[in-house]
This record gives sequence, structure tokens and C-alpha cells, in this order.
Amino acid sequence: MVELARRFGITEKRKSRVSTGVSLPVLLSLAAAAAFLVIGSVVSSIFAQQTVAGLAQGAIFGSLALALVLIYRATEVINFAQGEMAMATTYVAYQLNLWGLSYWLAFFLTLVIAFVIGVVVQLAVIRPVQHKSVLAVVIITVGLFILIDGIVIWKWGADLKFMPAPFGNTVYHLGSVAFSRQDIGVLFVSILSVILLWLLFQFTKLGLAMRAAALRPASASLVGVRVNWMLAIGWGLAAVLGAVAGLMTEPTVFLQPTMMQAILLYSFAAAVLGGLESPTGAVVGGLALGVFLNLIGQYVGFATSELRLPIAFAVLLVVLLVKPNGLFGRKQVRRV
Amino acid sequence: MRAATPTLIRLLVIAAAAAVVALLPFLLSGYHTGLGARVAVYVIAILGLNILTGYTGQISIGHGAFMAIGGYTTAIMSHDHDTNLIATLPLSLAVTFGCGILVGIPALRFSGVYLALATFALAVSVPQLPLKFSKFTGGSDGIRTSHDVSHLWLYGVSWTCVAVSFLLAWLLLRGRIGRAFRAVRDSPVAAASSGVALPIYKILAFGVSAAFAGVAGSLFVLVTNGFAQPNEFGVLLSLQILIGAAVAGLGSLWGVLVGGLFLGRLPTVSADVPLIGSSHGQDVVFGLIVILIMLLLPNGFVGLLARLSRVRARA
Repeated sequence: MVELARRFGITEKRKSRVSTGVSLPVLLSLAAAAAFLVIGSVVSSIFAQQTVAGLAQGAIFGSLALALVLIYRATEVINFAQGEMAMATTYVAYQLNLWGLSYWLAFFLTLVIAFVIGVVVQLAVIRPVQHKSVLAVVIITVGLFILIDGIVIWKWGADLKFMPAPFGNTVYHLGSVAFSRQDIGVLFVSILSVILLWLLFQFTKLGLAMRAAALRPASASLVGVRVNWMLAIGWGLAAVLGAVAGLMTEPTVFLQPTMMQAILLYSFAAAVLGGLESPTGAVVGGLALGVFLNLIGQYVGFATSELRLPIAFAVLLVVLLVKPNGLFGRKQVRRV
Repeated sequence: MRAATPTLIRLLVIAAAAAVVALLPFLLSGYHTGLGARVAVYVIAILGLNILTGYTGQISIGHGAFMAIGGYTTAIMSHDHDTNLIATLPLSLAVTFGCGILVGIPALRFSGVYLALATFALAVSVPQLPLKFSKFTGGSDGIRTSHDVSHLWLYGVSWTCVAVSFLLAWLLLRGRIGRAFRAVRDSPVAAASSGVALPIYKILAFGVSAAFAGVAGSLFVLVTNGFAQPNEFGVLLSLQILIGAAVAGLGSLWGVLVGGLFLGRLPTVSADVPLIGSSHGQDVVFGLIVILIMLLLPNGFVGLLARLSRVRARA
């Protein structure tokens, strides 16, 4: 989106040479990885199954990572409460479902509620300290994490809850490869929501205003963009993406207060992998991480489930050491 | 004459604080003495984080990892080798100092949010390792020190450690090294051009900070009945230390005491709030209070002090 904004002329005036984000070596290695996955999937059916399951998992990481990136670009902070907000909205969907709404009706109503929650959180607790101290904003999101956790346990209890399976339990067979309909559905819904968001940012006036508010707040407000509202809407959209991620996580880990905590950590890794500033990077990072973890879990005996998180972060550290601003991040140029 | 007065006042305040801390166990029950020791643990950990974040401007969300390393050092030495518990403290100081240096070297390549998230990776990963290598660490059940200690012993040892830590931090920060740290924080370029070796001081800050956290971790194990368990050192601990540092305010040694008191006492205080009437109400209260404090005092307790002294100066 940074590139897009540049094309729209928002940053046209500053022609200082900031590199374009994606570099050739990164693109080549991603293409090589994709080719490897395709060839592997053709050769081995287990490999293909694990790849699809990894993509479904990775799409969830990607959408939550995208939520983190949206907020990071607008507010310059990492929202530690993103996963818990997602978890809480999934409980809202559960409650709506309990009250008799059908799954998909509850799904869309939950997205609306999530949007409102996101906007309210930004207006109530983030905006007052936004320009005072970055650490204060981070700590407030940590406080929100604890608060939301407490509210959910208080209201619904800590035991497992179950929602109807949104995609059924059908399994498709393609040759000798079995794909579960659930994996495909999760992949589809997550990617669709990401694409819709992208369309919103690229083709609507609201999207343009939001990009302007995030990139150059002062200039944007001079040309009449209501920057504060744009930031609040950004939080709302991030909460919607989080809600999608939460609802898509529910079929595999079921409803519990801790359901998003590990996923949030993987999404951090995915967002940083992609470069924190780059929405494309977040999604690509999420998908790559999901597939990588699934394949390594399948084929490397040492990588047991306890080591899943450490491995994810080891990959992250290695990538950061090679490219300190992530795969899709811009080089930071600082004036002395 | 007038320049001497603040120093005198400061000394008196320190003496008074030390006297209160020393006399407190005689007034408190055993349980509350144990809580007092817990406060001391948090004070040391926050002090360590404050040296890194407050004085050199490098953010870490990974101090729970260093605490885990220190804690496991104490537990393993005591359990496997029957080492005297107090003798394990300098050992875990040395081990975590080394770990801090090792982490500090790659950390040179990161700054800002990326450094925060890289250290967060540590906070997430390190508590998983005891589960994988359970032969040495007892897996998820944890490992227990071979000696039991009384609440009073714990209180005495941990607050002595606080006093020693404060002294060390003060000695370190008042002179050449402290100036270099602050220069690194305020303007790396200016510091480098006046001959401060940035990498050395950044790495040193990481080592010192980790060493404090390591000792805090050792004491933390003793406070939790001598058990070192992976769960105790989870991500939440790292976040709590960060909360404590933010409540305390960065770049001052005094606020650290408030931060420790806040972390050590608030969970038990908020559990007593009858408003919500459930065992999980305490999270709600704790979260609310953290948010409120940050809204009212974005720069923490130190910011409040600065504001008060400005008001007094104007009057």
C-alpha cells in the first residue's frame, strides 16, 4: 500500500531515494519456495495435504498480522490486545448463535460489532495518550489484554465451548490427496477478507483518506482529512480482521479464552517477517510461516510441538538479521 | 550550603526507606512477609529493565526470559549439586550477564519496535525450552530447590539484594558509563562522534540489565516455594515487568520501588475488590487500573514527581 500511495501522489514530493520495498532476491526466493511447494505437492500426497493445511493456518496468521500492520502504520504501536479482541468477538458470535441466529448471520453481525468495539477502544483509551508516549500506548494495549481476558472469563467461564462447524466436515479427494472442506473454507474466507480490505484501501475515497492519515497526518489534515477519525476507523477495521481470524480459528481449537494467544504470537512473527509496514508482507509472511511450520512438523522429528513457537521465532530472528526491516520493509533512511 | 541540603534530604529519605523496609517484617504476618519478598523480586527486575530501556533507550519485552535463565540456574544448582542458595545468586548473575551479552550482540542490528519484538521472541521461546529438554529441567512439573527457606529469610535476602542492586546501579550510572548510556539514548550520532563506542555500551547495558533480571529470577524461584516451572516464567511475566517499568517511569532509580510495589501488591489488592464477585474479577480490576494509570500518568510515577516539582518551583 505504500507503493500505491506513492502512485497516488501522496508522497510524490519527497523524491528522496527510499528503496521500493520488495527486492529482487526476496522475490526470487519466494518464487523458488512456491515452486518447491508445487513440485512437492505433485510428488507426495502427504506433502500436498500438509501444504494446504499450512496455508489455511497461515491465512489466519496473515489476517491477524494484517490487523497488527494496519494499527502499526496508523499508530506506530504494536497492539498486544489484538488477539484478545479477536477472541472476545468470537465469544460474541457464540452468544449470538446461542440466541438463535444462524452461523453466517451471527458471523456478519459480529463483524459489525467488532468494528464498533475497535473504534470505541481507539477513541476511549488510545487517543488520549497517542502523542504523549509510545510506551504508554503499548502498556495500555497490554492492560486491555488482561482486562478483556478477565471480562471473558467472568462472563463465559474458562471451559471449552463449541460452535457449529461453519463448513461442515466434508473431505474432498483429488487423486490420492484428501483436502478437508474446512481448510479450504478457512483459506477462502481469510483471503477474501484481506482482498476486500485491499479493495477498500485502493478504490474508495475513505481508503485514500485513511492511507493519507497514516502516512502524513499533518498534510492530510491540512487537505481536510479528519485524521483522528481515520485512525479510529483503522482500529475498527483491524478489529474486524481480528474477528475473522478468531472465527476461523474456532473450528480447529474451539472456543476458549486462550485460543488466540499462540496465534497472536505467530502473527507477530508473520508481521515482522513481512516488514511491519507492509500489508502484502504480513499476508505473505503469514502464509509462509503457516506452511513452513506444518511441513517442518511433518518431516523433522526434532521439531516437536513444544518447539513450534521457538522455531517460528528462530526463523524470524534469522530473517531479521539478514534483513533488519523484514522481507517487504523499506530501508529506513534517517537524516543526521 | 544550599547545594548540600538536597543531598542531606536524599540521604535521610534513603535511611528512612531502609528503616521502614527493615522493620516491616516485625509488623507483618508470615504471608505478608512473603509478599514483601515478592515486591523485592519485581523491584530488582524492573531496575534491570530500567537500566536498559530508561538509560540506553533499548526496549526489551524479554526480561522474563533472563529471569527464567537465572531461576533455572538456582533451581538446578540447588537440586542437582546441593549448592548453598545464596551462593547460586552470584552464579546466576554471571550466567545471565553472559546471556545478556550474547543477546546484546545481535540486538545491535535492531532498533525500536523490531528490537522489542525480537526480545519478545525470547520471552516466548525460552520458557518452551525446559519442556523440550526435560531431562535437566523436570519438564512442565518444574524442578525444586533442595532447601526450604522461611518467609523471614527470604525477605531479608531479597531486600539485601535490592540494596546491593541499587548501590551497584547507582555506582554504574553516576559516572562515565552512565553518561555514555544516556548519550547513546539521547543521540547515538552525537555520542559516536564524541568517541563513545556505541556497540560496547549497548552490549554492556544488555548484559548488566540481564544480570539484574537473572538475580530477580533466582529470588523469584525461591519466592514461589522453590519451584522453577515453565509456566511461571511465561510471556505474562515479561509483560508484567514491562508494566512495572512503565508505571515506575523510565530513566530514574526511585520510581522502580513504586513499580515493584505496584506489581507485587496490586493483584492481591484487586482480588479483594468485591465489585465483581468472582475469582477472575481480579484480572478485570488489574487491567482497568493499568489502563487508568497510563491514561493519567503517561510517563509513570517519575513523570508525576517531575510535574509536582515543577508546580512547587513555580509557587
